[in-house]
Amino acid sequence: MVKISMTVNGKNVEGEVSPRTLLVEFIREHLKLTGTHVGCDTSQCGACVIHVDGDSAKSCTMLAVQADGSNIITIEGLANGEEMHPMQAAFKENHGLQCGFCTPGMVMSAIDLANKNGDLTEELVREGLEGNICRCTGYHNIVKSVLDGANAMKAAE
Amino acid sequence: MSKLIPDITKDKIAGGVYQNKLHDSGHKHVNGQAVYVDDIPEPHGMLHIYMGMSTVAHAKIKSMDLSEMRASEGVACVLTVEDIPGINDYSPVKGDDPIFAEGKVEFIGQPIFAVAADTIDLARAAAKKAVIEYEELPAILTIADAMEKGSYVSDPHVMARGDADGRIATAKHVIKNSVELGGQEQFYLEGMIAMSIPGEDDEVKVYSSTQHPSEVQHNVAKALAVPDHAVTIETRRLGGGFGGKESQPALMASVSALVAKATGRAAKLRLDRDDDMVMTGKRHDFHFEYEVGFNDDGLIEGVSMLHACRAGYSSDLTDAIADRAMFHCDNVYWLPNIKVESYRCKTNTVSNTAFRGFGGPQGVFLIERIIDEIAAKLDKDPLEVRQKNFYGVDDNNVTPYHMTVEDNVIHEIFEELEESSDYQKRRAEIREFNKHSKVLKKGIAMTPVKFGISFTTTFLNQAGALVHIYTDGSVKLNHGGIEMGQGLFTKVAQVVAEEFQIDIERVKITATDTSKVPNTSATAASSGSDMNGMAAQAAARTIKQRLTDFAATQFQASVEDVEWLPNRVRVGSEEIAFTDLVKQAYLNRISLSSTGYYATPKIHYDRENCKGRPFFYFSYGAAVTEVLVDTLTGENKITRVDILHDVGKSLNPTIDLGQVEGAYVQGAGWLTTEELWWDQTGRLRTHAPSTYKIPACSDRAEDMRISLWEKGKNAEETIYRSKAVGEPPLVLGISAFHAISDAIASVTDYEVYPALDAPATAERVLMAVDRTKKAAKS
Repeated sequence: MVKISMTVNGKNVEGEVSPRTLLVEFIREHLKLTGTHVGCDTSQCGACVIHVDGDSAKSCTMLAVQADGSNIITIEGLANGEEMHPMQAAFKENHGLQCGFCTPGMVMSAIDLANKNGDLTEELVREGLEGNICRCTGYHNIVKSVLDGANAMKAAE
Repeated sequence: MSKLIPDITKDKIAGGVYQNKLHDSGHKHVNGQAVYVDDIPEPHGMLHIYMGMSTVAHAKIKSMDLSEMRASEGVACVLTVEDIPGINDYSPVKGDDPIFAEGKVEFIGQPIFAVAADTIDLARAAAKKAVIEYEELPAILTIADAMEKGSYVSDPHVMARGDADGRIATAKHVIKNSVELGGQEQFYLEGMIAMSIPGEDDEVKVYSSTQHPSEVQHNVAKALAVPDHAVTIETRRLGGGFGGKESQPALMASVSALVAKATGRAAKLRLDRDDDMVMTGKRHDFHFEYEVGFNDDGLIEGVSMLHACRAGYSSDLTDAIADRAMFHCDNVYWLPNIKVESYRCKTNTVSNTAFRGFGGPQGVFLIERIIDEIAAKLDKDPLEVRQKNFYGVDDNNVTPYHMTVEDNVIHEIFEELEESSDYQKRRAEIREFNKHSKVLKKGIAMTPVKFGISFTTTFLNQAGALVHIYTDGSVKLNHGGIEMGQGLFTKVAQVVAEEFQIDIERVKITATDTSKVPNTSATAASSGSDMNGMAAQAAARTIKQRLTDFAATQFQASVEDVEWLPNRVRVGSEEIAFTDLVKQAYLNRISLSSTGYYATPKIHYDRENCKGRPFFYFSYGAAVTEVLVDTLTGENKITRVDILHDVGKSLNPTIDLGQVEGAYVQGAGWLTTEELWWDQTGRLRTHAPSTYKIPACSDRAEDMRISLWEKGKNAEETIYRSKAVGEPPLVLGISAFHAISDAIASVTDYEVYPALDAPATAERVLMAVDRTKKAAKS
């Protein structure tokens, strides 16, 4: 077992994990933050996307020990109390979801996209979200949500 | 606080029917607070289950040595067929789906044993220590093989009317051909999962990701040999179902309940994605043969069809699915002389199951293919041939199963879409473009859908609901339907809000629970809001009538003088807030709780004679798809889609639009990129999204114009005259397939019909390009 510590959603957390424990297992099972979902188990669907030191990452493809000392944000860490992050609000208001299982990963990827691109275009969003699968929608409202959310993030700066 | 003190002065409630109310759980989905089964806090000491699966397609089990596995670290329990106190079966209909293999295995991935340990890693590690010896038997893996050997899960079924063979023989033109149509993996983002908690005596509670809690309940009870009343199934939401969670979740639930009762500990069975794709059924693939006779105008005089679908090793829901394919062999066309033979092939592959459309899309696929080929042969616009063969509104309107189509609106929808999509102009432009573009070719196609609404197994068309009003005027709603993203809970809550004329925030929607509403049908067949909406309305109306009577008595007025206004009731000149009326009713000992029940009227069907009215009504729609195909690589892309779809009077246009869009993309995925591939030993090689290509964000057409048909209104008395929406628009994905075919045809200047098989992967497109070029030369 290995001792690890990291900052998750602004709080210092510590844990003892096996060297093979996946980061998503640490988040879901040790920290009980179940908003990060496991969809495909093999780093393709994107339901488990979180932010590690400011970059989006598929948490089912990282070991917990690799995140030792990192600053992690999960879907639960976005809102400011009752106030949603602009990207969360955009997904909700634009009906950018149906069953909701892919939504946390979509939102996390979308924020990273917005952070890293000054001016998001529809094309950039389509390319940028290729690693996040949604099986319910046809992506229309998701793309709309990301563009709206990105604009709202800019306005809030 | 505003939610607690309803506004009793406004003109309109928030969240009634016909309003664009957002998904009830939207705020929870975006912040990660929506709870799926795997997110429920795990009880102390919970066990994790792993299933041992067959590694061969067909074999006798010679021996099993599980001793090392039993002794493995952390193992609490091992189950095989010997450990089932009740019946070793989780099938929906025929008793042919063993929970654990008994003496023989019939497909790769079939469960043989379950091992439960303290962690899933320990369970998986233990499972590796099982030693199973097989004596392999010959395996039937394909439809062709099964047809040759006469291997079926049930008797072939024939539907016929008129004289198909005779009219084909005398027709001026005849086409005889065949086509292959692939299956489809549901790929619900949340995989199969169940968690069981043992209770007192023979009780067990199962949290199951299922579209059909009642059936899970029956199967768990049957496996445990306890009465149904001992088993409670609860399901708050699914991370997608698409039919895949209609029958087969009973396996996961049964195994987890067996472990829970055997050990006295909670037990969870969550399938890893790869195991899920190998172990659970998909959309049925079909082999079709057809012969059609038609005149110079393309009017079909007689048509003979052969449907052969791959059931897999067991029946599951295959009979109903293959029947629905037959019910949709006509789509929107009048086929006076028709014969359809249907074969349900038994193979040594996973048991195929429900998938959005339930055989309907496959049935439509064939007749649309036939029409397309007729048009190609006559060098006509397929749109013209389609319209030529449409059912009439007042005549030529009887289906092959003798149901009169009373609500035909396809003529209007087609005309409107032809114009709004600018079909004719674009088709001419595309043909011009193709003349000058050597490698890149464009194609366009317009296809219609008519989809029958009701379970064709008539008794399933019933639903129940339970409504309580508490003394503070807040309402709790429960019904038998399952929320799987389609917005059912939102729609049913809108209905209840509308009945009571209260803001929707006053209505709490609760998890589907077999102890609240019993004996429910699956949330399937697009029937969720039709049936549960009506049941909830009935429950609300019962209470509303009591309140109306009470108000009339209290204010010494007649019942006719009681008027329900937003968040209040007016009696003569007096107004009383809904919450106050409820409180007074309680003090005067008026019951504020009621069940509601609905049974779809008018439907009946005599399967033996293929006669009756299996459907309450039909849903209609049409789509125009334009594609771009690279004829050197076979790569293709959908560039524009126009859809006009009839959802009657939409209960919630935002939600319905989302359904139409998602269904189209899923249908197009089925027929283009989603390819299931088994190797020659019967092993599924496309068992993860790395090899099985689901439409991604970048695959969606850049230009997508979707409209709900404004004139839509259900001719039948459905819930607020709305229409079902879940499945019908999936069929519209067929237009993408025909558009690709149209683009390929251009390489021979439309002289040779490409005869494309589905799915139209880049590989198949390329092969079709080569084939048509060769055929044109010869």
